Amino acid sequence: MKRKGLLLAVFSALLVLLTGCNSLAVLNPKGPVAKTQSNVIIFSMLVMALILLVVYVLYIFMLTKYRASKAAPDYEPPHVEGSKWLEFTWIAIPVVIVTILSVVTVRTTNALDKVPAGYEDQKPLVIYASSSNWKWHFSYPEEGIETVNYVNIPTNRPIEFRLYSYGPITSFWVPQLGGQKYAMSDMVTKLDLVAEHEGSFIGKNSNFSGKGFADMEFEVLAMSNAKYGEWVNEVKNTAAPLTEEQFNSLLDTAKVGRQTYSSTHLEFSPAPEGEHAGHNHGGGSDDNSQMDHSDMDMNMDHSDTKDDGAEHASHGN
Amino acid sequence: MKWDEFFVTGEPMIYGAMVSIVVASLAIVIGLTYFKKWGYLWREWLTTVDHKRIGIMYIISALLMLFRGGVDALLMRSQLAIPENGLLDAQHYNEIFTTHGVIMILFMAMPFIIGLMNVVVPLQIGARDVAFPRLNAVSFWLFFAGAMLFNLSFVIGGSPDAGWTAYFPLASNEFSPSVGMNYYSIAIQIAGIGTLMTGVNFIATILKMRAPGMKLMKMPMFTWSVLITCVIILFAFPVLTVALALMMFDRMFGSQFFTMANGGMDMLWANLFWVWGHPEVYIVILPAFGIFSEVIATFSRKNLYGYSSMVGSMVIISLLSFLVWAHHFYTMGHGAMVNGVFSITTMLIAVPTGVKIFNWLLTLHKGKIEFTTPMLYSLAFIPIFTIGGVTGVMLAMASADYQYHNTMFLVAHFHYVLIPGTVFAVIAGFYYWFPKLFGFRLNERQGKLAFWVIAISFNVTFLPLFLLGLNGMTRRMYTYSADTGFGPLNMIATIGAFGLAIGFIILVYNIYWSFRYAPRETNGDPWNARTLEWSTHSPIPDYNFAIVPTVQGRDPFWEHKKGGHQLYKGNYEEIHMPNNSGQPVILGGIFFFFGFAMIFGWWIPAIIGGLGVIVMLAVRSFERDHGHHIPVREIEETEARLRGEQA
Ligand code: HEM
Ligand SMILES: [Cu+2]
Ligand SMILES: [Cu+2]
Repeated sequence: MKRKGLLLAVFSALLVLLTGCNSLAVLNPKGPVAKTQSNVIIFSMLVMALILLVVYVLYIFMLTKYRASKAAPDYEPPHVEGSKWLEFTWIAIPVVIVTILSVVTVRTTNALDKVPAGYEDQKPLVIYASSSNWKWHFSYPEEGIETVNYVNIPTNRPIEFRLYSYGPITSFWVPQLGGQKYAMSDMVTKLDLVAEHEGSFIGKNSNFSGKGFADMEFEVLAMSNAKYGEWVNEVKNTAAPLTEEQFNSLLDTAKVGRQTYSSTHLEFSPAPEGEHAGHNHGGGSDDNSQMDHSDMDMNMDHSDTKDDGAEHASHGN
Repeated sequence: MKWDEFFVTGEPMIYGAMVSIVVASLAIVIGLTYFKKWGYLWREWLTTVDHKRIGIMYIISALLMLFRGGVDALLMRSQLAIPENGLLDAQHYNEIFTTHGVIMILFMAMPFIIGLMNVVVPLQIGARDVAFPRLNAVSFWLFFAGAMLFNLSFVIGGSPDAGWTAYFPLASNEFSPSVGMNYYSIAIQIAGIGTLMTGVNFIATILKMRAPGMKLMKMPMFTWSVLITCVIILFAFPVLTVALALMMFDRMFGSQFFTMANGGMDMLWANLFWVWGHPEVYIVILPAFGIFSEVIATFSRKNLYGYSSMVGSMVIISLLSFLVWAHHFYTMGHGAMVNGVFSITTMLIAVPTGVKIFNWLLTLHKGKIEFTTPMLYSLAFIPIFTIGGVTGVMLAMASADYQYHNTMFLVAHFHYVLIPGTVFAVIAGFYYWFPKLFGFRLNERQGKLAFWVIAISFNVTFLPLFLLGLNGMTRRMYTYSADTGFGPLNMIATIGAFGLAIGFIILVYNIYWSFRYAPRETNGDPWNARTLEWSTHSPIPDYNFAIVPTVQGRDPFWEHKKGGHQLYKGNYEEIHMPNNSGQPVILGGIFFFFGFAMIFGWWIPAIIGGLGVIVMLAVRSFERDHGHHIPVREIEETEARLRGEQA
């Protein structure tokens, strides 16, 4: 009977999981990408719960009915080779289930590979997100600004994150906005996300990259288009531009707080795409979107407004 | 290299480990000398080529490694129990999860399984040894040399810290400059060569040495699972060998296969690693399926349901296992097309796995189920492993995996597969075949107690991790802040981990207690079992079978007991047996020396070691050793003694 208690505990825990604790980040999406993913997850959980149920019912039935202590002492179990029909059934039904799941997977995976539905007609805002030990750099080529360890984005507008790394492979993940992609040193990968709610979301590196890995978190602040415009203007007018020396010394520093600049490092240290690319994986999206950096405004005033994230910088060692 | 760099310094825990290693080694040396056991150890164990003894040595090593890996796990869980914990620093945590992963998979799970297959397979097929007994000993000593080398990193030079997956460029000299990753590439390489030879050896054994009448489709399910596993080893391990060799060239000789500059490709490593790594998880799970099949059939008093589809499903799993590796990096930026294909191949594995689950359930149907300790582990496997399986299907769906990848959800999933699958299986197999090896059963009451503590604690440890993953907790994080809200569930998981530790301690106590007090048995068949190995005496004589059995059905011993079929026909004849040899253990020692020198880049000793290996191989090829014959009279005496008659 202990066994049943255990099973019950396992099962009820699973039910709790299923009834959508939407306090769980992944099941509490704030944009269409994460929404699609959360739907797929919940759908698959329901299917899986059904399978578990079948197995558990059969299991409990066998164990309660055919225990030796209940059988007659002279009971001799029969010799059973198998049954073509039964075995066919439990091949056929799983094949059907896998087929359904495959269709769902292929469709959603395709959908997630492009700009989310409903946002195709908007020009995506391109933000380069690059990692270096152990921080994230966000470059906004259109606006000519760059931030470190935080990223502000407008809501209801597709954002095309272009990911790469100045070191080990990292993975760019904002659970409430959508699943992750790797950032690598020799190529640029793209992740399309949209935030449909204003708010502050946690983003992180989820691929182990060495000693400072646990601190590689950043804030994603989603704000209305108007507020976003204000913020960009403010940065342009108050922040200092990023020089090559500054950037290189930044790369060499293990950990820093938030920083803000009125130019991007792409001008002197371009992303590994187009002619700078190391390789690509032959994946869907082609990489002919070469950037032209020549028209970028570099004459920003030099007043120093890096907002110093002392408290962020002092995370445990 | 200076001495203070050579030894790992600055950590009380490591000083403690050094001291205890020295003390333990001294104690062993002094003890052996005092009790004059060196000769015994050398003659009976270190030079043995007997598959049963080699199996026992594998199992002992694996148990030791289970404890090393388990202590690592406890340290990690303790560190994660509360937010901002200061027990371990980042470096230390990174080293621990790396060595935990490598040790558990390569130096615990695999050797435990190889140990069981060494013990059981020749017996199940009615053979007197494996096809190449000396090679078998070499395999063991190479594994042992690799394992010891890997463990040495803890106190000498520094442990690897780039994860058991060792992704580049993180694992390159640039980002992992210590010798830790050298240990990884060399120690695993040496052990891996041993594994590959085991694979070849057992394929030959199973194909060539079966008793007369045992057609392929009459082999016991465990033997079938081992055969298929060995075929996987044969195809997967060469890939690992190449990958580790390239890694070694990158790290030690400045080549640039996986670097960021000069055309190196980080993904090349990921691909090679997982082309081996995914089949590897089937290498440790298929024999487990075999063990459960034996145990469930025996204790339901029934033949295995759906024998042919059990075999067929394993063959299909082994094929599919090579077609799914890219599911480990859906997020690496290949297109939706590639991800879709790998999603489908991955999910397909669920079909043959499901077939097996239902066949086991139907084996129970109309049975006469006895809840012995091995049976409890096998029965607990079904519901727990099914959770691991269905979460695996969830992970297989690429679009959803973008949210699970590298999170605690994944960690929960693979432990839900590996622990009820592999660990429960080797414990079940250990309890099941123990009386065959030692002539007595382990205490059942203590065994059951350990089982319940382990089975319950396991779920307490790993169920919360699913939720933590969905809440955004990544794996391999040495700490997290309180406002993430990860604290409480982590605390529960840690409590569960300590429960598991208690369970394993009871298990070890059970072994100790039973050695001292358990009643010895005279009957070679304590469980009323079905397959050939149970028809031998316990403990088993060197030559296993005095007369080679002839087989008719799938459960030969059962049929024999039911009076349907005479297993042993004919008279005693001289038996040819291989001689013991000191060469394998010496070769292992030379490989250890060679590997150690390579790791530190001491080229002259390395060259000497390399030459030593070549010399040993040359010596062997000029040696004439035809083994020896056991005369009929000696067989008669042994058999009479084992039957309990006075000679
Ligand atoms: C006995 C109880 C066990 C506990 C409490 C335990 C706990 C853990 C923990 C805490 C981690 C690290 C999670 C992280 O920070 O990412 C981990 C990782 C891992 N464990 Fe276990 N584990 C146990 C048994 C096993 C067994 C039996 C195996 C294999 C047969 C295994 C294989 C692994 C692997 C492969 C990793 C990943 C290592 C890496 O990330 O490089 N574990 N385990
Ligand atoms: Cu790449
Ligand atoms: Cu895999």
